Amino acid sequence: MSGDRITKALLFISSLTILLLGAGIVISLFGGAIPAFREFGLKFIVSPAWNPTTGSEEYGALSFIAGTVITSILALIICIPMAFSTSLFIAEYYNGTRTSSILRSLVDLLAGIPSIVYGFWGFYALRPLLVATGLSDQGFGVFTASLVLAIMIVPYATSLSAEIISMVPAELKEAAYSLGATRREVIFSVVIPSARSGIIASFILALGRALGETMAVTMLIGNANVIPKGLFAPGNTMASVIANQFGEASGLKLSALIAVGLLLFLITALVNALGKLIIKRFA
Amino acid sequence: MNNTPQSENVLEIRDLFIAYEPGRYAVKDVSAHVRRNSITAIMGPSGCGKSTLLRAMNRMHELYPNIETKGDILLDGQSIFSMSVIELRRKVGMVFQRPNPFPNMTIYENVVAGFSLNDIRLKKSQRDDIVENALRNVALSDEVKESLYRKGTFLSGGQQQRLCVARAIAFNPEVLLLDEPTSALDPIATSKIEDLLGELKKKYTLVLVTHNMSQAARISDDSMFMYLGELVESGHTNTLFTTPKDPRTEAYLTGKFG
Amino acid sequence: MHPELTDNIGRRTRTNGRFRYLVIAGSVITVIPIFLIVGNLAVKGYRQINLAFFTKPAPDTFQAMMAAASGEIIPGGIANGLTGSLLMVLLASFIAIPLGLMTGIFVYENGTRRYARFIRSLTEILQGVPSIILGIIAYLWVVKNITRGYSALAGSVSLAIMMLPLIIRSTEETMRMIPIAIREAAFAPGTPYYKMIYKILIPVSFSGLATGVLLALSRILGETAPLMLTALGSPAVSFDVTRPVSAVPLLIWDFYNDPNMVSLVWSASLFLMVFVLSMNLLARSVASKHKYI
Repeated sequence: MSGDRITKALLFISSLTILLLGAGIVISLFGGAIPAFREFGLKFIVSPAWNPTTGSEEYGALSFIAGTVITSILALIICIPMAFSTSLFIAEYYNGTRTSSILRSLVDLLAGIPSIVYGFWGFYALRPLLVATGLSDQGFGVFTASLVLAIMIVPYATSLSAEIISMVPAELKEAAYSLGATRREVIFSVVIPSARSGIIASFILALGRALGETMAVTMLIGNANVIPKGLFAPGNTMASVIANQFGEASGLKLSALIAVGLLLFLITALVNALGKLIIKRFA
Repeated sequence: MNNTPQSENVLEIRDLFIAYEPGRYAVKDVSAHVRRNSITAIMGPSGCGKSTLLRAMNRMHELYPNIETKGDILLDGQSIFSMSVIELRRKVGMVFQRPNPFPNMTIYENVVAGFSLNDIRLKKSQRDDIVENALRNVALSDEVKESLYRKGTFLSGGQQQRLCVARAIAFNPEVLLLDEPTSALDPIATSKIEDLLGELKKKYTLVLVTHNMSQAARISDDSMFMYLGELVESGHTNTLFTTPKDPRTEAYLTGKFG
Repeated sequence: MHPELTDNIGRRTRTNGRFRYLVIAGSVITVIPIFLIVGNLAVKGYRQINLAFFTKPAPDTFQAMMAAASGEIIPGGIANGLTGSLLMVLLASFIAIPLGLMTGIFVYENGTRRYARFIRSLTEILQGVPSIILGIIAYLWVVKNITRGYSALAGSVSLAIMMLPLIIRSTEETMRMIPIAIREAAFAPGTPYYKMIYKILIPVSFSGLATGVLLALSRILGETAPLMLTALGSPAVSFDVTRPVSAVPLLIWDFYNDPNMVSLVWSASLFLMVFVLSMNLLARSVASKHKYI
């Protein structure tokens, strides 16, 4: 039976790695961020400064927090009608048919395309469009980044929503139909109220993905270390500033970037936890 | 509402064929009629097509996208396939096997759900009247008087089912279709519903699918016996049960198959 | 019939029809980008793909400029990226697969106990951490302290941390679907615990586990951000884990930043996308072939 004991111990030890990993990540991020917080205090979070000139270094995370929040929320807004109609297509109108599985597979393909490919397609295909319409002179900016981000997060919102929608009991829908409701009326008065919390949770989780996206955003947002001045103005997100400037950073700047990373970690964890909570409680 | 004198038969089924898939018929060449203000029971073993036939009467069978229908069903002389489905379902209501009140609506809202779903605006006084009448007609008024504005999930199975009946009759339909309405209920709730149906037939015409032939014998005026999609025999319940004409009917009634 | 019933049937039927069109239109718009992206990449990228593409390392900017100027195909390819990716993915798998499998089995076996639930929650949190943060972590742990410099090892560690939660979750979910009857049959003749795991649990759920691994692999193959902070990139074909190394996504990033190498970006992206999507499809077909697990 000692073979059993050893096996059980081994399994337990491997579970410890997750524990250590989790703790290690938090500790390392905090540890790396402390110099920045010690220098700038909590003002770091609300300061839009980003000045690496030696002698008068000043760093603040606000520009990037703004960039992240704006692009992610804008991406979510753009994503909602697309994900909503696609999940209704898959789970309601064509539920169970081959058309539905084909669409489902196509949407899954969207999720499989690497972020850098999205960024680079956005650069060569979308950017010229924006320049042509005159909305932006170079094509970089919050809007372009958000648009590509929206396309990237649609699969996450869609697949979960579709699953929740397909679980609405048929008998409720039948009751509504038997009372004379049209399909659209059945959807809005029975299906959606029944699936509401699951749908909301799926959008929150999609938001969580958008917050952490790096490559596509880096390539399209314009990399300006300021709070974006307008919808088509350039800016930077927490993820993209780290990707851009981490490589040559050292000392205080490095610590500031790690602090930005810590903030990103916390925001993402919170949003994801919220989404999971809603699923567990209400769906 | 037409002004012609009301005929004795509310529903007339003519040479009806229904197939879920090409070639596989769930309902084969069924012709029958349903008398006004009566209870007609449709019985038969599982898979005989009785539910499909019932659902055809308010065109609920069309929820299956590939369904094929041939033949006709007339409601008061008018083909149900020529009128709008919405209009049909106002005249022909339905109660399902498992009680299905809308969980996100209060009892009050459930009764008038037909109106809100159909985007019909009513004054509060009209709504109150409708709710009061419907609940009284299903003998629920006293039991839910205090909790009209609570969600109906705390009600017992029998009460929920009566709520569903109230919801269906709020429209004052001509016909009420019931798909095994008591099979999910306990015996006491079942007998309450059966009494209720006896009362309701004074105002409405009821068509009931049941797998319980003693229920059919107890409460129905006319019966139809279906087997493998065909209408084997139909007629007055008493006659059908005491002197069935077809050997298959007799075999079913004597319990040789179920 | 109630006299109050107004005839709004026409309007409602029209709204119903219009809404259906909106749903279909929205769905079509949603999937159009796939065709645009794949089409674009295929058309612009196939020219550069030949045998040399896979066997030669990336050209330097001068060579590329010369080729571009004379309209020729740029010499060189993505060999250094291919070997680097291969090295790091193998190393990451070596770390993450056994750990993930064992932790997944642990969580499955101890499902309802508080510690196991805690581990499960931690795994979910870990799964949501942005990959760039994992790059920071691998930088702090490996680049700073272990290899004193950018290295393939650091890259592998960041990829391994990404794979771990995915494998844990898919392991647990796969095992959950094993019919209880099989488990009970396994325990009956007094089988030792470890034998039950590797002679019964794992073989029975093999296709589900394989699917999980394939999906995790397809996820990390396309990752760029963490590698920028750990592996950094290198022009050489190298298998030294303590030195910087390239990867296909990193090469794409390098090409993208160099105006002379534009046509290489298309082909490298085409290759990467096709490879990742094929792994995805492979995972899916493995999953559907063995339906009962």
